Amino acid sequence: MTDQPSGRSADSLTDRVARATPGAVVQRVRGLSDTAIAWLFISPTILLLLAINIFPLIWTVYLSFTNYRANRPGRAIDWVGTRNYERLLGNEDIWGYLQATAHFVVWTMVIQVFIGLSLALLINRNFKGASFWTTVILIPMMLSPAVVGTFWTYLYQPQTGIFSYIINLFVAVGPVDMIGSVDLAPWSIIIVDTWMWTPYIMLLCLAGLRSIPEYLYEAAEIDRANTWQKFWYITLPRIMPFLMLAVLFRGIENFKMFDMVVELTSGGPGSTTEVASINLKREAFEKWRTGYSSAFAVILFVTVFGLGNIYVKALNKVKQ
Amino acid sequence: MRIFGACLAAAALSVTAVTAMSTQEVQAQDKELTLCWAAWDPANALAQLGKDFTAESGIEMNYEFVPWTNFADRFINELNSGGKLCDLLIGDSQWIGGSATYGHYIKLNDFFEKEGISMDDFAPATVHAYSTWPKGTPNYWALPAMGDALGWVYRKDWFARPELREEFKAKYGHELEVPKNWTEVKHIGEFFQGRDIDGKKVYGLGIYTERGSEGITMGVTAAMYSWGFQYENPDKPYDMPGYVNSPEAAEALEFYKSLYDCCTPPGHSDAYMVANLDAYKSGQVAMQMNWFAFFPGIAKDEDVGGDKSGFFVNPAQNVAASTLGGQGISVVAYSDKKDMALDYIKWFAKSDVQKKWWSLGGYSCHVDVLNDPNFPNTAPFAADFLKAMDGVKDFWQEPTYAELLQSMQKRVHDYVVADKGTAKEALDKLVVDWTEVFEDDGKL
Repeated sequence: MTDQPSGRSADSLTDRVARATPGAVVQRVRGLSDTAIAWLFISPTILLLLAINIFPLIWTVYLSFTNYRANRPGRAIDWVGTRNYERLLGNEDIWGYLQATAHFVVWTMVIQVFIGLSLALLINRNFKGASFWTTVILIPMMLSPAVVGTFWTYLYQPQTGIFSYIINLFVAVGPVDMIGSVDLAPWSIIIVDTWMWTPYIMLLCLAGLRSIPEYLYEAAEIDRANTWQKFWYITLPRIMPFLMLAVLFRGIENFKMFDMVVELTSGGPGSTTEVASINLKREAFEKWRTGYSSAFAVILFVTVFGLGNIYVKALNKVKQ
Repeated sequence: MRIFGACLAAAALSVTAVTAMSTQEVQAQDKELTLCWAAWDPANALAQLGKDFTAESGIEMNYEFVPWTNFADRFINELNSGGKLCDLLIGDSQWIGGSATYGHYIKLNDFFEKEGISMDDFAPATVHAYSTWPKGTPNYWALPAMGDALGWVYRKDWFARPELREEFKAKYGHELEVPKNWTEVKHIGEFFQGRDIDGKKVYGLGIYTERGSEGITMGVTAAMYSWGFQYENPDKPYDMPGYVNSPEAAEALEFYKSLYDCCTPPGHSDAYMVANLDAYKSGQVAMQMNWFAFFPGIAKDEDVGGDKSGFFVNPAQNVAASTLGGQGISVVAYSDKKDMALDYIKWFAKSDVQKKWWSLGGYSCHVDVLNDPNFPNTAPFAADFLKAMDGVKDFWQEPTYAELLQSMQKRVHDYVVADKGTAKEALDKLVVDWTEVFEDDGKL
C-alpha cells in the first residue's frame, strides 16, 4: 500500500533524501568537506555536553577558588586562592568523612561480591524454580534508596523492629540499637546497601557465568579437574571482567551514596556515618558555603576520577 | 445558511462562556494568597482561623505546610531562589537576620505606622525575637504570630501513684513531683527507666537528640540556658571564648549527656518533636521535653490527655530560662500579592482575631490575650507558657545562623550521642567553628 510509483520504491533511501533536499541546501552542503559535515552532525551533542557537563565542571573549579555563597546574591565574589583547599585538607573532620566513606565503600564491595558471586553460582545451577528465585532476589534493587532507608529504620527499631527480634532469637542481648550505636551504625548502612545491591552484582556475575562455553568444563572433566580447580582456573578468570565491572559501577555509586544513608542515620550518631556526600550537601545547601563546598566537590571528583582510571586500566589488563 | 448562522452563534456563545470562565478563574487566582508554614497542629488551627479572613475579605487562603524535618531546607531554598510560592511566610525566628539582610522579607515599619499596628500590643520578648533585626532595634520584618517555648510534659497519673511516690521519696529524699531543677529531672528519669508500669516496660525521658536539622541544639540549649549559658560577651559582641565554652556550659552539656545515657528509651538517638510525642503518647516515657505548641494536642489526647498529663516550664538550675520556639509572620518580598498579604497581617493583628487564634490552639503573642487575668486558667499549660515566655532565649539569629546551627548540631551530637571526647572539648571546637563563621562574615 504505497502511493509512490513502483519504480521509485526501488530507489535507495539516500537517493530519495537527495531528491527531496531543496536545491539551495544541496549547493551549500556540496561546498563542505566530509569532516565539516561530520562536525555539523556531532556539534549539537558536543554543545549539549559542554553546557550540561563541562561548563558546570569548569565553573565548579572556578568557584572553588572563591568565597562565593549562593544565598547572598548581591555580595561580591572574592578570589581566595587555595584557601578553601587548605582549609579542607587541614580539617580533621573531612578526613573522618572520607574514612567513613572508605569504610562503607570497601566493606559493601567485599561483602556484595562474595554474596553476589555465591548467589550467581547457585542460580546458575538451573534448579527448579531458579527463574522465580532470580526475580525475587532482584526485587530490592528495584526499590528507591530513600524508601529502603526509611523502612529499614523501622526494621532496625530496637524495641519493635524485626532485626533486633531476630538477633534476640539467637542471642538474648536485649534491644539492639543499630542506628544509635557508634559501633553498629556503620554496619547498619552496609547491611542495607548489601541487601539492596547484591542482586546487581549477582546479575552481572550470572551474565558472566552464562557466557562461559560448556566445552571448557568438559575439557576440565576429561583432565580430571575437581570442582575447586574448575572454579579457580575456568570460572573465576572468565567472570573476572564482569565482576570488576560490577565493582566499578557499585564503587562509584557508593562513593557518592546519599539518600539511603540520610534516611537511615542522617549521618549519625554524631558524624559516625556522615559519608562525604552528606557533608558536601550540608556545606553546599545548608551552610551555603558554595566556594568551600565546590573545593570539596573537586577533591572528591579528582579522587573518584583517579581511582576509576587506575581501576579501568586494571580491568583492561584482566580482559587481555 | 440558517444552520451556518446557528453554528456561528453557538460558537460565539461558547467562546464568550469560556472567556468569562477564564476571566473568573484569573480573578479568583488574583484573590488568593498562599501562606507557608510547618505542618503541625497549630497550622491546622491557623487554617481554621483563616476561614474568617476569607469570609471578611473574599480572599481565598491556600496553605503550603511542610513537615518540620524539611521546613528550613524547603523554605530557605524558596527564599534564596526568589520563589513566588509563598506570599506570607511564618518562618523560624532564626531566619530573620538573613531574610532581612538579603531582602527576602519586606520591612513592615511603614505599614505598621500607617495601619496603627503597635508593637506595644505584643509581648516584648516575642517582638524582640520574632520581629526585629538588627536585634533590639525598632526595625520590624514580621508580626509575632506564634509564641512558643520549650516546656515539659509528665505523666501526672503515674506521679500520683502512692506506691511509686513512697518508693521515690525513700530513694531520692524528695517528693515525686514536678521537678524544680534538672537534678530532679534526672532523678525522675532514672526512677522510671526500665520500670514496669501496668505490665509494660517504660522509660524515663524523651529528650531531643535529632542530628539533621536543629533538634539536639534545641534540647541541649534548654539545659545550657538553665545553667546560665551565654553566646557572647554581653559587652563585646561575637567575643565567645569563655562564654560558649564556660565551665557552666560544659557542666550543662555533660548533664544533658548523662540524661541521654541514663534515661532515654532504646533507639532514642535521633529524636525530635514527633519522636518525643510518639514516645510519650504511646506510654513509653514518664516525661518529655517538647514545644508548648504541642500541648493543646496532648491535653486533648485520648490516651494521655485530661488528668493523665501535667505540664511544666523548663526547670531552672542556676537561672530560670527556656529555649525559644515560635515564629513571626512576614510578607515575602518576591510575592506579586504583597498588598493582599499585608491585608492579612492587618487582619491577623486584630485583638479579637488573636483571641480566637488562642482559643483554636494557636499561641497568640498579643497582650490582650496574654494579660487577660483569666488567661492562666484557659488551659492547663497557659500559666507555664507565660512563665516560659518571660525567660526565653534564642539561638543566634545572624544571617549565618544555618552555619552556626549546623556546627553546633555536629559538635553536641558527636559528644552527647556518639560519645566523642569531653563536653569541654566539644564546646572548644564549637568556639573555633563559630569564630571561623563570623570571620568569614566579616564580623570578627
